[in-house]
Parts: sequence; C-alpha cells; structure tokens
Amino acid sequence: MGRGYSRRVNNPSDDRRRISRREMLQSAGLAAGVAVGAPLATLLAQAPAPATAPPVIAPQAPPDASKVPGFPSAALGERSPFEQPALAPLNVTSGATSTPLQTLRGTITPADLHFQRHHNGIAIIDPARYSLVVHGMVNKPLRFTLDDLKRFPAETHTYFVECAGNGRAAYRAAKPEMSPQDVDGMTSNSEWTGVRVATLLREAGVKGTGSWVLAEGGDAALLSRSIPMEKMLGDALIVYAQNGEPLRAANGYPARLLLPGYEGNMCIKWLRRLEVIDQPNMSRDETVKYTDPLPDGTSRQFSFVMDAKSLITSPAFPQKLTSHGWWPVTGIAWTGRGRITAVDVSVDGGRTWHAATIVGTAQPNAHTRFEYMWNWDGKAAQVMSRAHDETGYVQPALEEFKRVRGKGTDYHFNAIRTWNVAADGSITFGA
Amino acid sequence: MNGRRLCIGLLLVGACRAKENEVLSEDPPATYGLGRTATPAEIAAIDIDANSAGVGLPAGEGTADAGAPIYAQKCASCHGAKGEGIDKNPKLIGREPPAGFVFASDAKVPKTIGNYWPYATTLYDYIHRAMPLNVPGSLTPTETYSLVAYLLRENGIPTSATINAKSLADVKMPAQPRFVKDNRTGGATFR
Repeated sequence: MGRGYSRRVNNPSDDRRRISRREMLQSAGLAAGVAVGAPLATLLAQAPAPATAPPVIAPQAPPDASKVPGFPSAALGERSPFEQPALAPLNVTSGATSTPLQTLRGTITPADLHFQRHHNGIAIIDPARYSLVVHGMVNKPLRFTLDDLKRFPAETHTYFVECAGNGRAAYRAAKPEMSPQDVDGMTSNSEWTGVRVATLLREAGVKGTGSWVLAEGGDAALLSRSIPMEKMLGDALIVYAQNGEPLRAANGYPARLLLPGYEGNMCIKWLRRLEVIDQPNMSRDETVKYTDPLPDGTSRQFSFVMDAKSLITSPAFPQKLTSHGWWPVTGIAWTGRGRITAVDVSVDGGRTWHAATIVGTAQPNAHTRFEYMWNWDGKAAQVMSRAHDETGYVQPALEEFKRVRGKGTDYHFNAIRTWNVAADGSITFGA
Repeated sequence: MNGRRLCIGLLLVGACRAKENEVLSEDPPATYGLGRTATPAEIAAIDIDANSAGVGLPAGEGTADAGAPIYAQKCASCHGAKGEGIDKNPKLIGREPPAGFVFASDAKVPKTIGNYWPYATTLYDYIHRAMPLNVPGSLTPTETYSLVAYLLRENGIPTSATINAKSLADVKMPAQPRFVKDNRTGGATFR
C-alpha cells in the first residue's frame, strides 16, 4: 500500500497516543524484567493501534486499469484498497475484540480478523525458547520444544472458536445500531493444524488415576482450565498453524490448545503446560467466570459445549437494501455438538419458516454458510434464522431462552436473532 | 487395496520382504520418543496451581491484619479501598443479597467473593498467578496468604485466625452448594 493509494490519515493526536503507548510498554517491560533488546522491538512493533481507527480516505482507481501498468509485487499480499475490514474494539488488553462477520463470505475467518479475547494482553513468545511441559499423573514427565511438536503426525481440521460470552451485549442490552460484529463477533472459523493431545499423553503415559488435565497458558494471566480426560484423549489438538501459517500472536503463537466445539476460553493460548490431575482444579475461570447462573438459584458449572447457533450476516445493520426484489439472506450456523443439519429462515418474525440452502458442506464443529433467496416486496420485515444440529437440537427462540436461562445469565447466548428491515430498506438489530 | 499390504511386525523379522515398487501401509509406533524428560526443577518452576483440596498450596501463612496494608498498597487502586470495584475491575466484597442468589434474573448484582466464589483456594491460586494486573506473579506466598485472609475476613467468611495450606482448604464458601454440573446434552430439550 502507499503506492499511490493513500489509505489512512495520521493525525497528531494519534501520534501522541502511540508515543504514550510505547512509553507504557517500555516501562512495563522493564518493570517485569522481560523484553530487553530485540523482544522489546518486537513488542513495539506489536503496539496496538489507537482505540478508534483513523479516518479512511476513499481509494482511487485509474479510469481504466487496462490502460496503465499495475503495481509490482510486494512481500505480503494486501487487501484491495476498497476493502477495509477491521476488528473492533481496539486497544483491549483484558477483554474482547470482535470479528467483522458482515465483511466475510464463505466460512473461513482470515487469520488477521480472528476475534481476540485476552486476559492480560497479547503475549510475545520466542519460539526458540518455547516449551510445553506434560507432567502430573504420568509415567514420564516430558518437555517438548516447538520443533518437537511439529515432528509428530499432524492433523488439519476446520473448527470454529467461539467465546462463551459471545452475544452478551446483544442479549442484555440490544441496540438497533448493532452490526453482526457487535452482536456475535466473538466467533471465528479457521483451518487448524497441529498434533493430537492424545499423542503427547501417550508419549508421557497417563497413570490410571488421571481423569482431568489442567491446561495453562504462558501469558501474563497464566490462564488455566481443567479439561476432562475424555476430551483430551479424543479430538483435542495442540495447534501451531492457522489457515496454513503459524498462529497469529493474538491467537496463541506459537502453540495453543484447540478443543473442537468447546468454549473458546478453554482453548488455552500460548500453552505452556498440561498437568494430568485426578479432579478439576477449580481455577477462577471455571468457577467465578464461565459458569452460568440459572433461574432456579443454581449456577451451571463445566458448561463446555457451545450449542447450535446461527446469525444472519446479510441483510444486517448497517447495510441498506437498495431496491425490492431478490436478495440473499446469508449467514453462518455452527454447533459444538457435530454438524449443522439444517437452517431455517423467517422473514415474518418467526411466523413462517423457509429451508435455507447449506452452501458447501457442513463440517463438524465448524461455521457453516447458509443462504435463502428472498424476494423482498419492499414492505417492513423481520428476518430471522434458526439452526438445527445432528443431535436434534433446535436453536431456541429468544423468549424460551429468557425463560430457561434468565435475563441475567452470563454465558452461552445462542437464542434466535432478529433483524428488522424497514420499508425504506434500512436495517436495524431487533433482539 | 491398490497393491498395499499390511506387513507390520513381519517386516521386523524379515518374513515380509517388500517387493520392488510395493507400497506398504504401516501402523504407528506405540510412542515416537520425541521430547525429553522434564526435570523436577523445570516442573517446579511452572507448577504453580493449587486445587480445591489445597494440593499445590505452598508453605507459609498469613493473617487478615497483615493483609490489610498489602491490599491498600497493591489492590485498592483498582478494586477500591473497600473492595467495591472500580469500572471494569470487579467488586470483591459483599454477601448474597436479601433476595438470594438472583444472578440469573439480575445481571447488575455484582458477583463477589462472598456471594459467588465457590472455593477459597481459588483466591490463592488466582491472586498468586495473575495479580496485580500490572505486575502479575510478584506476590510472595506470605503476601498472598495474607491477602486471602483479609479478603475472606472482609467478606464475613469464618476462617481460622491464620491462613495456610491446611486452613485455607478447610474454608467453606457460602455459594459452593449453588454450583451444579452441566445437564445439557443436545437433543430436542433446551436447558
């Protein structure tokens, strides 16, 4: 970029922000006794952008691109200057940054648009000094380097990762001006490559008493979760590649846990150890957080699986339908219990439903694209989608969800969403 | 089978010799022998967790009186002088509201140590690993035990006068009986 297309305006206030950010990182790095020399430079290079993206200058294309030579190749492919997808909100170190689902088609989330949820910032880890320790109730505690992990048989699968809190703001405080990114942007879908956890556990030899595994990250939160042995001996992976390249720093570089269908918090990023244990640890993130208060005065614990859900990504706010006639109602559906088997679409607020087409093939524990061709008559409409999975589960209506889970429940928000289409074609988020 | 043959084991004893251009299909070995033994020192350096039975809690002890000034110095700037919470930094102190365990009906009721945390050992584990946010992992076991003792006392939770590995695991938290296992199973019933 920057070869004729000017993209963003730098204004002085942004520069001031950036400097103060650098100073903060510098002092934080020195105080913690880490990040001297080159790692500090890496940290600076990773310094997040300002909280709001700078204004965008409209790109210009030549009147006839066939009459002027184009640009030469560069080290990295870049998006067309006409495409400006962006994560939001930015500059978050303890909280979530969401995927712009409304900018995506198909099912794969570009790695740089994968949602991020950090508990104390993005850890920068030197792959040469990385190790994963497997210990606890094993016959032989082992230490693996990143190169060791890559020498094991690799598997590649496409799986979604969804934050257990995805949809909280839309559920508790719905606003008409919410985009798909605002509503449910804490879910992303990638092709992951790595080694089965079971393979590493076999190397170490799990003792008969081992029934759970504590997974711990090497970030500043040392995030830890207990995972049932059954899952760890099943489809659990330690992944080092995402969409064909090393993991992005924000997604757990150089290696993370990936538990297909389970809440994102358990897919520990920057994974540093796995400890085989005989009872759940009762860490903060499996007791105080990631538990679901219910109307009967209990709180549901170890609610690992993400149930079936769907979201229409178009038509959706802030899009506007420019004329009546045919429009694709398209979106994503996913379930942590295997495959999506069907998606229904309603354009009359759930009174009648239409079978949507599954675009491509539904893969287990992965985003599945659906589409329903809608002949809009130009009248106000309420557009909804409803997912079904292979267990016979049906995505619940909002009222049913509220009745069963309560208005104040904290995680696993998978109720049916509604987009309101006005007669002028403008679209707002309903609930 | 496209000319493939299974010759595992037989190959080892030479009873199954591959023909020229034959494609063999082999079972994986029991182990690959990759990685190396993790030394006790390497494990000890990162094996920092403590579970709800107290396994993993280090030697040392602390009291609420000793914890009060540490809280004021290292915690109050984010969590408030009285543990009331500031902005997104959670409220720490408070018991179950008169209406009961109403978190499912009212998201505005703050979850505190006194009304939601099911295990006191989690306080040690979490504070020691992740707090304070700007210098995580900087608290000594004595400081951590003292802070835990202080936070339990301020939440009105009965404990022995001194908090250590044994006495912390013995603490009964008020909300613990509220927690139930996941009963969702997929299928037609929404739970």
